[in-house]
Amino acid sequence: MSRGLPASAWFRCFCGIVWREGLRFIHQRSRFISALVRPLIWLFVFAAGFRAVLGVSIVPPYETYILYDEYIVPGLIAMIQLFNGMQSSLSMVYDREVGSMRVLLTSPLPRWFLLLSKLVAGTLLSLPQVYVFLLIARLYGIDVPALGHLVVLPALFLSGLMLGALGLLLSSLIRQLENFAGVMNFVIFPMFFASSALYPLWKIEEASPLLRDVCAFNPFTYAVELIRFMLYCKVDFFSGLMVLGFTTCFLSAAIMAYDPSKGLIARMRAGIGA
Amino acid sequence: MIPLDHVVADSRETTLLQPPSHHDPAALSVNDLSHRIGDRTILDGVSLQVPVGRFAVLLGLNGAGKTTLFSLITRLYTAQQGSIRIFESDLQRESSVALSMLGVVFQQRALDPDLSARQNLWYHAALHGMPWGQARRRIAEELARVGLAEKADRKIRAFSGGEARRVELARALLHDPRLLLCDEATVGLDIKSRGEIIVDVRGLVTARAMSVLWATHLIDEVQPDDLTIILHRGRILRIGVAADIVRELGAVDINDAFRQLTEGAQT
Repeated sequence: MSRGLPASAWFRCFCGIVWREGLRFIHQRSRFISALVRPLIWLFVFAAGFRAVLGVSIVPPYETYILYDEYIVPGLIAMIQLFNGMQSSLSMVYDREVGSMRVLLTSPLPRWFLLLSKLVAGTLLSLPQVYVFLLIARLYGIDVPALGHLVVLPALFLSGLMLGALGLLLSSLIRQLENFAGVMNFVIFPMFFASSALYPLWKIEEASPLLRDVCAFNPFTYAVELIRFMLYCKVDFFSGLMVLGFTTCFLSAAIMAYDPSKGLIARMRAGIGA
Repeated sequence: MIPLDHVVADSRETTLLQPPSHHDPAALSVNDLSHRIGDRTILDGVSLQVPVGRFAVLLGLNGAGKTTLFSLITRLYTAQQGSIRIFESDLQRESSVALSMLGVVFQQRALDPDLSARQNLWYHAALHGMPWGQARRRIAEELARVGLAEKADRKIRAFSGGEARRVELARALLHDPRLLLCDEATVGLDIKSRGEIIVDVRGLVTARAMSVLWATHLIDEVQPDDLTIILHRGRILRIGVAADIVRELGAVDINDAFRQLTEGAQT
């Protein structure tokens, strides 16, 4: 498809997409602040409140009894990535409204590569947010192994890709920016609450086996568990495979949705006159 | 008044009698292109050619199918029937080569308002995989050419409509395309800005031997020697030099010729 374009052209295209996403991120300082404030409120207020009444017994990857605010940290990291992924979907809808999407899609490089580059760019942007959060959490007293900060990087990248790909897929379904509120209600909140981010699955099962099954079906649960294990320098292969599988599914569906012969026509029907 | 059937058949015959030649390839060759959205037929058997180094006007009312045709040529849509070739490269099979030869000014504004003119152009250069040095040089050249070098670092949000259009034109030309598509590029502009854009684009045909397909519904943008393609309700009604179309129809001017053709098509 891209006969005649050297590898360096692909690289420059990728850099350009990452650069633009970074530039827009820098311009939106409130986005960075809100990305941090949200999990910090959960940590400082919600987790602090439950700290006294809710401890987590010794379950992998933890080797000792831990307090609730330590348990919740991986879930809050995944929350940052979840919001970042949805923010990427918002950015795609915005691009469509201001016309930048046409500029992207008329590039001579293959569409799958353009979308993948956009996805990777969004994932890379989530990393500094996560590390600033981890730094603040450390200052607050959450003791994560130092090596874990490095070991968790592949997990962060993979879960970021998965949630970004989901955002990309959603962006193909959202017609206008105003509809983004629906994403909050029907995607972000259910994914976050019906997962192991706030409580371990065995604890959820005690309350409701059905809810436990829902959580086990939720891709976000596996992102949380993958991050949790790798943050403590351990590997949860099952969660890793699940995240990889969901990433592949979401990304394939998103690429198909942006295929000009399939998804784009339906999506642009309302946006383009004849 | 010439009967519609005769006109349509005549225009199709004209185009079909001019298949792409390997010795003198058309800049753009559209063959038997049809497109439907839901139950509506937007384009119906459209065939046309834009010769190399020619300014061609795609003239049609709102809703004629111009934007859909542009979306198909830029591969935002995939053709359901028919084929599109850009300098002999098939858009479906060799999309990368075809798109690299194409510069586009979209009807809808397509600049990021929160980025500067230079940043918008950088982004475009990257999407075309241009080497950094070449991109830097071409951005400076094009912004200077459209008279916006001093405003290069100003955000698009602060630009007037005419200035933003000039940035879009600079962007479309950044990668030195051989074929330029302009979809209603002057809509919403004041008379001065409109005139500047048209003069600029027409100048490219002479200065760079560039081929241009200029879609518009504004009949006063058609010059007598322009290759004129009249599109109405998804069908080509006539292709030819504007002056010839006027003469053949016994019309007063191109406005009158256009009225005759489109009114004939409605009956």
